[in-house]
Amino acid sequence: MIKADKLSKHFGGIKAVDEISFEVNEGETMVLLGTSGCGKTTTLKMINRLIEPTSGTVFINGKNILNQPAEELRRSIGYVLQNNGLFPHYTVAENIAIVPQLLKWDKARITQRTQELLEKLHLSQDQLHAYPGELSGGQQQRIGLARALIADPPVLLMDEPFGALDNVTRASIHKEFNALDELKKKTIIMVTHDVQEAFELGDRICIMDKGRIIQSGSPAELLFKPANSFIIDFLKEQRLQLEFKTIKLTDVWDQLPTIERKSNTSQISADEGLWTALESFRFASAENLNILNQQSKEIKTVSFDQLMTAFYQYKQHKSHG
Amino acid sequence: MDEQQQSLLGFMSQQADKLLSQTLEHIGLTFISLFIAVIIGVPLGILIARKRKLSGSVLGIAGILQTIPSIALLGFMIPLLGIGPKPAIVALFLYALLPIIRNTYTGISGVDVIVKEAALAMGMSKWQILKKVELPLAMPVILAGIRTATVINVGVATLASYIAAGGLGEFIFGGISLNNTNMILAGAIPAALLAIIFDFLLSRVQKLNFKKIRTGTSVLPVLMLLLASFYFIPSAYGGKFTAGFTPEFMGRQDGNLGLRSKYGLKVRTIVISDAVMYKAAYEKELDVISGYSTDGRLKAYDLVTLDDDKHIFPPYYAAPIVNESALNQFPELEHTLNILAGIITDSIMRELNYRTDYLHQSPEQVAKDFLESKNLYKAPRNGHDGIVRIGSKIFGEQYILANMYTMLIKGNTNYDVATKTGLGGTKICFDALTNKQIDLYPEYTGTGLLAIIQASPKKVSELTVDKDKTYQYVKTEFEKRYQIKWLTPIGFNNAYALMMRQKQATELRVKTISDLKKYLDRN
Repeated sequence: MIKADKLSKHFGGIKAVDEISFEVNEGETMVLLGTSGCGKTTTLKMINRLIEPTSGTVFINGKNILNQPAEELRRSIGYVLQNNGLFPHYTVAENIAIVPQLLKWDKARITQRTQELLEKLHLSQDQLHAYPGELSGGQQQRIGLARALIADPPVLLMDEPFGALDNVTRASIHKEFNALDELKKKTIIMVTHDVQEAFELGDRICIMDKGRIIQSGSPAELLFKPANSFIIDFLKEQRLQLEFKTIKLTDVWDQLPTIERKSNTSQISADEGLWTALESFRFASAENLNILNQQSKEIKTVSFDQLMTAFYQYKQHKSHG
Repeated sequence: MDEQQQSLLGFMSQQADKLLSQTLEHIGLTFISLFIAVIIGVPLGILIARKRKLSGSVLGIAGILQTIPSIALLGFMIPLLGIGPKPAIVALFLYALLPIIRNTYTGISGVDVIVKEAALAMGMSKWQILKKVELPLAMPVILAGIRTATVINVGVATLASYIAAGGLGEFIFGGISLNNTNMILAGAIPAALLAIIFDFLLSRVQKLNFKKIRTGTSVLPVLMLLLASFYFIPSAYGGKFTAGFTPEFMGRQDGNLGLRSKYGLKVRTIVISDAVMYKAAYEKELDVISGYSTDGRLKAYDLVTLDDDKHIFPPYYAAPIVNESALNQFPELEHTLNILAGIITDSIMRELNYRTDYLHQSPEQVAKDFLESKNLYKAPRNGHDGIVRIGSKIFGEQYILANMYTMLIKGNTNYDVATKTGLGGTKICFDALTNKQIDLYPEYTGTGLLAIIQASPKKVSELTVDKDKTYQYVKTEFEKRYQIKWLTPIGFNNAYALMMRQKQATELRVKTISDLKKYLDRN
C-alpha cells in the first residue's frame, strides 16, 4: 500500500533521514519509534509532502506521490498531530468539516458523516458548537481524530497523536483506538517515542536512530529476535512489561497444564495478553483463573505460579528456537 | 463686547453648518487615507511575514516616515502634489502605514505553526490558509493596528487645514490665530470626540468573538469607504474661481467677514496656511489669496495687491510692545528699541522679506546686513546686566525684527538677550507676554485692535480710516488693560491685502476689490 524507496532528507549538511526504505501493507499499523531527532517525524511528513524529500520516492497504491498535486494528495491522507492543531477560531463542527469543505461535499453529507463519527468517538452533540479551547485535552484529541477520519481516507498519518495527554487519558484512548472499527481497515503510520505505545498499537514497528531504520518487525520479533545490541538496549528498561503485553495466552497455551474447569473463578479469553491475565489475578484476588480458547473451545484453569512457569518455558523455547 | 463673549454652544450653533462640513471633511480625510493604508499596509505586512528578510527594511522605512514631523511632511508633499486633499491624504496615509504594517506582520507571524501545519496537511492551498486561518487568527492584532492608525489620523488630520484640505483644523488654527477660545474648542472638542468614539468602536470590534469578527471584518471595509465618502459631501458645491484664505483671515471682521458684509464678495473659498498660499496662487491652484502687503513673496511670485476701496483692512503698523515691568527693570531698553522707529518702510520690509522667504537667507544675516547698511550695527558687548527675552510670531518678518532687536540690545546695552521665536500665532505670543514669559515682541496695530482688544465693529470702522487714531487707541487700551506699552512704530504697514496674479488681474481688468466683485457677479 505505502512503499518508501531510499527516502532521504538533508537539512544543510545533516542527514535527518538517510536512504530509508519500508513497506506498509493495507490495513496495517506501522509505528516509527525512536528518540527525538532520529528522523521519524521527518519521515512521516515526507509521506504527505509537508516536507519534500531530498531524494528517493514514496508510492501509495503504486502511484508516485511526487507526481500528484500536493494539496490533492493531502486531502486523501488523514493527519493527526500531537497538539491536535485544531483551528481555534472554528467550532468543533467546522473543524471536523474542513476537508469535506475542501472536497466540496454538500451540507447533508457533511452533517451525516459528522454524526456517524461523533457516535463512534463518544463525543456529545453539545460539543459541536463549542470552540476547541473550551474542551479538555482528550476531547480535543478525539476531535483531531474525527477531523482526520471524516473524509474516510485510506491512509492515516499520526505524529505523536497521544503525546500531549496524561497517562490515564492516554491509556483509555489506546483502548478505544484498538477497538475502533474506522481504524481497523486503515493503513496507518504512527510516530511515537513511547515504547509502550508502540507495542500496544503497532502491528509492525520500525525502530529508527540517526536517520536510519535499525530494525523493523512485529513486536515479538523485536523482543525475541533483536537485530543488534542497540535494539536490546533500547527495549531493556521496559522489557518485562513489554513481554507480558506482547505474549498472548494462546502463545503459551501448550505450556499450560490441562486441568478441569473449576467453578466460581473468573474467565478471560486466550486472545488476551499475559498482562491482562496477571491483572485479572490482582483485581479478582483469585487463586485460579479460567482461560477460554476460542478456537479449540477448550478451557484451562491455571494458578499464578503455573502461568509464570509457562511464560518462562515459552521464553526459553523462543530464544533457543 | 457681547458678541465676543458668547458661549461655546452659542458659537457652535451659530457655526453649525461649518462645523458639520468640517467634521464630515475630517472623518472623510481620516478614512480615505486609512482605507488606502489598509489596502496597501495589510498585503505589505503579509508579504514581510512571508519573506522575513524584507521585514527589517520595510518596517524601517515605515518607521522613519512616522518620525517626520507632521507639518514638515505636509510641506514635503506640496511641491509634489500641490495643495488640497491629495497631499493631505498622502501624508495621513504615510502615518497610518506603520501601525498597520507592523501589526499585520506581528499578527500573521504570531499564528501558531501547528495550526498552520494542520491546515497545510489537510490540503489547504496557501491562499486558503491565508484567508481561512492566518488572517482570521491575526485579525485582533491587525484591528489593533488599524485602531492606532485611526486615532493618529484623526489627530494629524487637524493639520490638513494648513494645505487647504479642510477638516476641524480650520477652527482650531483659525481660533489660535484669532485669539478666539470658542473657535479653538469648537474644532478641538469634536476632533477629540471623534478620536474617542472611533477608538471605542474599534475596541469593541476587536473584542468580538471569532464568529462575529468574521462578519465584522467584512463590514469594516464597506463602513470605511462610506466614512471616506463623507469628504466629498461638503465640496459638492462651489465654482471655478477659487480663493485661498488663511484660517485667521477667515474669521476676522477685517478679513473674509468684512469682504462678505461690506463688499458682498462671494467666492469659493478654501482654507490654507500662508506658508504655501503664495506658491499655490503662482501655480494657479488659487486665483485670489489673502496676503500681507509687505510679504516678500509678492515680488517673488509676481502677484499684485487689489486696492481696498472700501477700507475694510485696518492699518497694521508694526511696533514693539513691551511689558511695563520690563521697561522698569531695563531702563535703557525703550531708547534702544526705538532706534528702529520709522526706519523701515513698506518697500524695505518687502525686500527684506523677499530675501528670507524667497532667497532663503537666514533672518539673522538679513537683519545684520540691514543694520550695517544703516550704520546701526555694533559689535555685542557681552554684558551681564540681566536678560531681555524677545518673542516673535512664526513668520519671517517677525524673525527679522527679533534679530534686529537682539543685535541692537546686545550692541548698545549691557543686557543679554534670550529669544523665543516662532511662537505660533497672536494668542500664543500675547499670552506669553502677559504671563511674563517674554518681555517684548513686535505686534501690529490692527492685530492689537481686532484680535487682542476685540473692539466692537463700530469702533473699528471709526478708527481704521486713520493710522494714528488706531495707534493711539491701542496704546491707551493696552496700558490700561494689560500694563503693556506700545513703543514708536517701525514705519511699515503690513496690512492685509487681497492678491492676484499680475497677469490674470490685468486680463480681467481687476484693480480693486470692488472690481473683483463685479467680475465674479458677471460670471
